[in-house]
Amino acid sequence: MASMRDIQRRRNSIASTQQITKAMKLVSTVKLQRTREKAEECKPYFNHMYATVTSMLARTGIVEHPYLKSGKSGKKGVIVISSNRGLAGGYNSNIVKMLTQGELEGKELLIYNIGRKGHEALERKGYEIAEDYSEVINAPLYSDAVEISQRVLKDFEEEKIGEIYLVYTSFKNTVVHEPKLLKLLPVEFSDKELSDAERNTPMNYKPGEEEALDMIIPKYIASLLYGALNEAAASENGARMQAMDAATSNAEDMMESLELQYNRARQGSITQELTEIIAGAEAVE
Amino acid sequence: MAADNLFDLKIITPDRVFYSGKASFLELNTVEGGIGIYKNHIPMTTVLEPGIATITEEGGNKKEAALHTGFMEILGDRITILAEIAEWPDEIDRNRAQEAKIRAERRLQNDKSNVNITRAELALHKALVRIELADHVTK
Repeated sequence: MASMRDIQRRRNSIASTQQITKAMKLVSTVKLQRTREKAEECKPYFNHMYATVTSMLARTGIVEHPYLKSGKSGKKGVIVISSNRGLAGGYNSNIVKMLTQGELEGKELLIYNIGRKGHEALERKGYEIAEDYSEVINAPLYSDAVEISQRVLKDFEEEKIGEIYLVYTSFKNTVVHEPKLLKLLPVEFSDKELSDAERNTPMNYKPGEEEALDMIIPKYIASLLYGALNEAAASENGARMQAMDAATSNAEDMMESLELQYNRARQGSITQELTEIIAGAEAVE
Repeated sequence: MAADNLFDLKIITPDRVFYSGKASFLELNTVEGGIGIYKNHIPMTTVLEPGIATITEEGGNKKEAALHTGFMEILGDRITILAEIAEWPDEIDRNRAQEAKIRAERRLQNDKSNVNITRAELALHKALVRIELADHVTK
């Protein structure tokens, strides 16, 4: 049985760890509220953008545009959004799993990385990282999304990559976050969601259809990326809040069982002392 | 009768819903020049240029805003503008716009490479729109 002092030392160390996890939980709760608000605010823009682009493609029936076809290169560009800090449960490893398992497994990939944790893991696994934008995830700006999407589109146009994917954690609600794989280019759309009236109204494009697509698709990608950045930031804080909550309650459980052990050890040492005193007294008589 | 000439107008930026309401007339700048829109305009999608948009609301009340880069979809009596940046006059920092204007002008004089010139021109354009709108209101 461990000595009283050893148990006491462990109890102290767990108590101080618990304080840290508790504080981190509180911090991430506050951050979650802020990032969630932001994620919700950018939804209308994205939804309208998506509706406009799909209805535009359905109406015009353009299929020959470069953004609508896979490029010649067999390489796939992947924008990966993870976090800069750990202690968020399975948040970062779930993102990495999206690349190592499933659809993208074993494909030739070129990574555009956002988030230091993802960078470390992917580098260790030997993925080729074209560019790192880890600094943007703490407070994503729309201009960041524009810059990243311009870089990726440039590589697409120069045929360094043939397709563009986005891997991020989508934010369903405070407790549900799902890692998601999204194909950005070539643009895929279904015209099922369109109402008949929308499909049958002829639309005029100024400038021409092709030029309009040229301008709008980069914006569409930037808006997707911006939405993903904000959702990922909210998910990160949600995941951290959950992980820290679990850690705090685990610490609670450990403290309880250590308390029991400590009391037993204390009782044991008292009994032992008593036995020794009685034995000593008997020897004197 | 008055309600008949109104259409739904929505201006959305990445960060917020900038404007949502009914308007009777809208005037703004597109890549093909300035246009004015009443209700029952033909369906049209067009790309915007930096410029001042004037919204005439129900009852003739006019509102002005700076819109920079984006596009507009007109469909029946619904107009949706997706702008990357949109500002009301009181959100514009005139001094900052002035500085940006001077910076862009300097860059245009010095730089010879093509990419920088288009960027500087766009920056100059934006700064001019901001200054114009800020002056317009304070006058």
